[in-house]
Amino acid sequence: MGMTIAEKILAKKSGQARVGPGDLVTVEVDTVILFDNNFMPSQWRDILKIKDRDRLIVVLDHRVPAATQASAGAHRTARQFVEKFGIPRFHDVGYKQGISHQLVADHGYALPGTVLLCSDSHTCSAGVFNCVARGVGGPDVVYAAIKGETWFRMGETVRYELEGKFPLAVTMKDAFLQIAGQYGDHATMNVEYGGPGIADLSINARKTLTTMSAELSAEFATFEPDEVMLEWVRTRNLAPFEPVYPDPDAGYVVVRKVDLSRLEPLVAFPDTVIENSRPVADAVGTAIDQAFVGSCANGTLDDLVLVAKVLEGRQVSPKVRFIVTPGSQNIYREAARRGIITTLVEAGAVVTPATCGACGGGHMGVLGPNETCITATTRNFKGRMGDPSARIFMGSPATVAASAIRGVITDPREFLI
Amino acid sequence: MKFTARVWKFGNNINTDLILPILAFYLTPQEQTRFVFNANRPGWVDQVQPGDIIVGGRNFGMGSSRPAARSLKNLGLGCLIAHSINGLFFRNCVNFAFPAMECRGVFDTFTEGDVAEVDFDACTVRNVTTGKTLPAIGLPPKLLDLLKAGGIYPLLEKEGLIAPRVEKA
Repeated sequence: MGMTIAEKILAKKSGQARVGPGDLVTVEVDTVILFDNNFMPSQWRDILKIKDRDRLIVVLDHRVPAATQASAGAHRTARQFVEKFGIPRFHDVGYKQGISHQLVADHGYALPGTVLLCSDSHTCSAGVFNCVARGVGGPDVVYAAIKGETWFRMGETVRYELEGKFPLAVTMKDAFLQIAGQYGDHATMNVEYGGPGIADLSINARKTLTTMSAELSAEFATFEPDEVMLEWVRTRNLAPFEPVYPDPDAGYVVVRKVDLSRLEPLVAFPDTVIENSRPVADAVGTAIDQAFVGSCANGTLDDLVLVAKVLEGRQVSPKVRFIVTPGSQNIYREAARRGIITTLVEAGAVVTPATCGACGGGHMGVLGPNETCITATTRNFKGRMGDPSARIFMGSPATVAASAIRGVITDPREFLI
Repeated sequence: MKFTARVWKFGNNINTDLILPILAFYLTPQEQTRFVFNANRPGWVDQVQPGDIIVGGRNFGMGSSRPAARSLKNLGLGCLIAHSINGLFFRNCVNFAFPAMECRGVFDTFTEGDVAEVDFDACTVRNVTTGKTLPAIGLPPKLLDLLKAGGIYPLLEKEGLIAPRVEKA
């Protein structure tokens, strides 16, 4: 039997002819990303030696600019680490600021066929670039930075074949909510995405799906390569690479078709995204206090363009705080050049600098007791964005923007058709 | 490596925000244990006894990479047995030496308060209260050895690759 994309990459990186479900593999790691949480006093262990500074990237993203004295301290520790080892790729507060997973896309840091680690759970985001990218623990990245290797426990793979084109006002977030709602968690398993439908999908849209695959508890989330993706990488990174295609007889535990043309706007109800998605109509009319678009899942230029399209010529409800956080300052600048930021702020949205921010309840829009929020980000867990009594609905950026205007959860087709 | 103790049950999709909420991020690891399951089971940290065992459902530990497994260990829990465990959470169980093993069907085999006997070498989970035994999915030997040795940091410390930790009380 042949191998999946992830199995082929890991066979090569572990020096074996083949790897498959049940194997424990030790592999070379091409790229290791450290971010501000790694440098928090309760987590950081002073590294005395690193394998290769050119394989390291350091990003300050979770709480930037510093939200508290403790995060300022963590940033300081990070800067000292960068200085000590002369790490060339460092994203501090400023021009190069952004969420690590978005920076990986912006700069082409993830090459097809390679292995990338970061101790943020949404690292699988980079799987859009046909690589093995895995969120691991803090100690795992410390180990990989020092030794240049890591281990993976191989599981079965679920293959998703995407077909058709999205109807108006339906996005990849809705496709994710469909998958999470219908099939539930994929713990211990990998997901692989391909099919004729990917040709019509932007890298940004694809990346929403690989990022959200962390919420399926998938081990690896990997896209099949195509010319659109390869060109994206080539124009951002001159290093050579080899794309990896699945074998025709690769072993999948199941192959599922997702017809994008048959999807509708969905929302996940509060506390989990697993088996918790319903048509937006089931939530319509629910009053909200805050609306949020951002994070590594929905802070792309496509997302900001979509939000601006909904807001154009309209006003955010005075009862709602609508917070928009671009995924990187690079995206922020491009949105500013195109007048998108103006549209958002004229409508009454608050645009923050690029950071993980409110998605993790760290800063820039923390929820108070008994508040209700609709969010186009990564998670809606109880207590995730602030007080545990707050209710967090999850929807697409279009659904969130439409809801911000009405002050209640709203079907985006009301504004986009 | 064997654990025998009373069982606390937690259902499907228990996420790491519940175990280590953002509110506790700036505290010391020991202080962080006060917040375990505060949102979904307030007061539980005062009921749990050293060595107690968690029995989970599907997808235990989903979500963020934060060191939630360390909080369970620092709380004094013996081990975790769940129907399935999120792969990233499992890595942190190994990293921070908190024993965890998957065992299909384990959730329905226990009633809260039952006594479990969990054997990580024989890969079995026995309900001492009812007498029923289930096979568990053992850890690869290399990972079990790493866990038994205390996880990643003691290993790197011993090799002189990270500085020793001065833990604040």
